[in-house]
Amino acid sequence: MSVLHEGWDKISKMQLDVLREIANIGAGNAATALATMLKSRIEISVPHALIMPFADVPGFMGGAEAHSVGIYFHVSGPAQASILLVMPVEKAAQLLEMLLGTSPASMSGPFSNLEYSALMELGNILSSSYLNALSSFTRISFKPSPPALAVDMVGSILNTILSQYGEVSEMVLVMETGFKKDKVDVVGNIFLLPEPDSLNTLFNALGVVV
Amino acid sequence: MGELIQVGMAECKLARPPDKLMTAGLGSCVGICLLDPITKIASMCHIMLPYCHHDKPAVNPGKYADTAILAAVGAMHRSGADTDHLIAKIAGGAQMFRFSGNSDIFKIGQRNVLSVEENLEKNKIQLLGKDIGGNVGRTIVFDPATGNLAIRTIHEGDKII
Repeated sequence: MSVLHEGWDKISKMQLDVLREIANIGAGNAATALATMLKSRIEISVPHALIMPFADVPGFMGGAEAHSVGIYFHVSGPAQASILLVMPVEKAAQLLEMLLGTSPASMSGPFSNLEYSALMELGNILSSSYLNALSSFTRISFKPSPPALAVDMVGSILNTILSQYGEVSEMVLVMETGFKKDKVDVVGNIFLLPEPDSLNTLFNALGVVV
Repeated sequence: MGELIQVGMAECKLARPPDKLMTAGLGSCVGICLLDPITKIASMCHIMLPYCHHDKPAVNPGKYADTAILAAVGAMHRSGADTDHLIAKIAGGAQMFRFSGNSDIFKIGQRNVLSVEENLEKNKIQLLGKDIGGNVGRTIVFDPATGNLAIRTIHEGDKII
């Protein structure tokens, strides 16, 4: 059982600020990787770090029915977590066009196997860049699993991921950052969901103990 | 005009006509709709996990198939439903990630459906319709007036069971 089992109220505003800061560092590094791949200017939005009940997560990620591409990695190591890249399906299609140099099979999915592979590779690069930055900052090693991909309603994609948290908690901590291309065009969001047991490890490494 | 009552992940809610119950974006979770055909009192739960393993009572019974069904039946009974003759319709329990290796977490949908069916039977609730499995997300709307369950998907169209 989690150390923090239903102890979410013990997490201070200062600790959430620190998590926002590491989301900023991780996503900043991922944005650099994305910019290099797309040869475009990529900026990140102001990061969020929020504690919320499961029922609120889909709304926070674009709405339960938003047609999206989700690329998921389980992160193992001393501080386990989930990392999820969510892109509106038409943005994913635009990225594919830029990455592959040809229009995708469909602008609203389903995509071809080559296109799915390209998206998973994109997810690999972004999540590893994010986690590498976190590792150098915290000295914790984060090991992402191979990617898992789904194209459907955001709520349905989240179910499987959140059910892992449901075993130990009623709430989930969500760290979010958006990627903006050419200043305005939001291409996607990256979410880090630390497992409740990992929070103490993270806070210890960051020097902000409960 | 009735209201469309939203049921979020791990929630359980009651309704009677002309209101309807809705849950959006079911993946591996299962939407459990119960109805007393006489009083038209209905409930919808959006469960995430098959069983509650804790010894103490679940903080939120709506999260697990076994405790959600018990909680829904209890709440319907208190509202005046005849809970000896309930009918049920269920949807969800999909496997959303198609490129996902063999990790066990991706089989959660299947385990959720098994537990829901088992617990309906245990509570002597007749299962009249189901739309489960596959790898599609579902949005469902349950109408207590007719007992119809409308299912919307992005990739496989719409249907009513």
